[in-house]
Amino acid sequence: MGDQPLIRWDWIARNWDDPVGTRLLEHIQLALVPILIGLLIAVPLGVVCARWRWLYPSVFTGVNILYAVPSIALFFLLLPYTGFTQWTAIIPLSLYTLAILVPNVVDGLYQVPQHVRQAAIAMGFSPLRRLIQVELPIALPVAIAGLRVAAVATISMVSVASLVGLGGLGQLILTDGFRRQFPTPIIVGIVLSVLLAFLVDGLLVLMQRLLTPWTRGSERAARRTSAARREAGAGTTAPATDTGSRRAEAT
Amino acid sequence: MITFTGITKRYPDGTIAVDDLDIEIPAGRTTVFVGPSGCGKTTSLRMINRMVEPTTGLITVEGQDIRDRDPAVLRRSIGYVIQQAGLFPHRTIVDNIATVPFLLGWGKPRARARARELMELVGLQPEQAKRYPHQLSGGQQQRVGVARALAADPPVLLMDEPFSAVDPVVRTSLQDELIRLQAELHKTIVFVTHDIDEAVKLGDSIAVFRPGGKLAQLDTPERLLANPVDSFVEGFIGYDRGVRRLSFFPARLLTPRTDTVVGDDVQAGRARELALRSGEPWLLVVDGERGPRGWVSTETLGAADPGTVVGSLDLVDYGHVFTVETDSLRAALDAAVLSPAGRAVGVDADGRVVGVVAQSELGSAIWSVGAEEAPTAEPVRSDG
Repeated sequence: MGDQPLIRWDWIARNWDDPVGTRLLEHIQLALVPILIGLLIAVPLGVVCARWRWLYPSVFTGVNILYAVPSIALFFLLLPYTGFTQWTAIIPLSLYTLAILVPNVVDGLYQVPQHVRQAAIAMGFSPLRRLIQVELPIALPVAIAGLRVAAVATISMVSVASLVGLGGLGQLILTDGFRRQFPTPIIVGIVLSVLLAFLVDGLLVLMQRLLTPWTRGSERAARRTSAARREAGAGTTAPATDTGSRRAEAT
Repeated sequence: MITFTGITKRYPDGTIAVDDLDIEIPAGRTTVFVGPSGCGKTTSLRMINRMVEPTTGLITVEGQDIRDRDPAVLRRSIGYVIQQAGLFPHRTIVDNIATVPFLLGWGKPRARARARELMELVGLQPEQAKRYPHQLSGGQQQRVGVARALAADPPVLLMDEPFSAVDPVVRTSLQDELIRLQAELHKTIVFVTHDIDEAVKLGDSIAVFRPGGKLAQLDTPERLLANPVDSFVEGFIGYDRGVRRLSFFPARLLTPRTDTVVGDDVQAGRARELALRSGEPWLLVVDGERGPRGWVSTETLGAADPGTVVGSLDLVDYGHVFTVETDSLRAALDAAVLSPAGRAVGVDADGRVVGVVAQSELGSAIWSVGAEEAPTAEPVRSDG
């Protein structure tokens, strides 16, 4: 990279809209769409697994195996079918989020205390209403903790998609920076990617505060919750989920 | 009225939880299901709101077969209080209480207004309305649980060991509160507990279950304590049932003696004469308002200068007292046992001494009630 300065501000100024802005927007899109798709699949799948517990071990193994497949391999595997469209990145990334989201949804539902569920039945909630008004809201803190891990992981993984030429900040790093031995785009790409991860994580924390006001300032409740989870999740908790749960307790 | 006819619950693995149960639960009264764990009392309770379906048999509420009713709809007409309160952690206290009104489609303002009414009824502070359950103590949570069960004013209230998870002091106050509420509301209450004292205190009638899901005895508390049908029931209600049964007899049956009560301004010499004449080793010293001050023994009187007033002598603490008009024989016996002089001090409602009851007199009173039926099915005052 010779004796160029590490950052050339004039390059940034000249290229702010394109490619920097374009790549950033692509990156946001490539990250958010899989997270949303992941959520749309993980919530019903988690509900089903929590309801019919015998299903959960095989589903859990399934999403973990998917997670173990290297992303780059999955991109190339899909390329013949989806071509150079965003779907080539979106489909694998969506599948990866499941490995984090499904266990968190299931754990969240498992930790609804039995006496709370019993009380809801006895009050006369229909099963669907009980799920929507009682069980899912109580599962929310753990589910959001998983969502935070999934969001940050996805934002960082989008960069890999650029290796296949699918856009995103990775493309900025690879095409504009690495291939041309030019450090400025590499640094810009990294900084923006990290900032984006921070921003999304911050928004999710804010969302959790708004959606779960009852968890605020309750050390006692957090301790109860973690104890309940240890009971419910013994043996089936993935490392990724553990991280998520620990985060939930920290907030 | 709730009736069980030939109710049996058999699980697929062959376990029988409830075995051919026939029982009538009268409307407006409190019926307690009591028994050791695994006797089917909770299972039986949960059949009433169809949380458990019987294998065979018929249950009716107000004459209607509960199988003809949609379970969710049926449950909204039956209040339910669970052991750990089962409050919804994500809802405020007021919204927890308004749960069933919300389900019944009342508007939010009306449901919440009703919830606030109930908060007052069960003794919660209005400023607790916007709190979340984890911010309340166990006893307060249980009050919320009771309020929530009463929110839609159901005629039937099912209570599944509601007070067993709180400490004894809180439990006693919750029990007293329930007695007060029931006197006002006259609900058909079915209450499950494994604590026979709680059953005796709260129940108009008690159903004792034996392991294997059979009904051993259904009776009023007093008759249950007086005549347990067999050795199982007798063993379950405990060996102090005789003493417990005394709660059903009023202390009014006693005739406290007044000749061993002296004012504290009486001279020791005169007091000693009184003691000798009564043949009692202890005199009770009272102040000018007839409030008890303490016991003085004949030895102390004999050793004292006859001219001093008894109030200035060394008095022995009088311990517990019982209220003659409102307490039970059990309270009087308790006061006598705990008294250093072995005699119970009976007072009136204002705390003025009525008289003294010696253990021998208590003994004959207890003898005389041993055979007869209690005058009342309700325990005399809540001394549990």
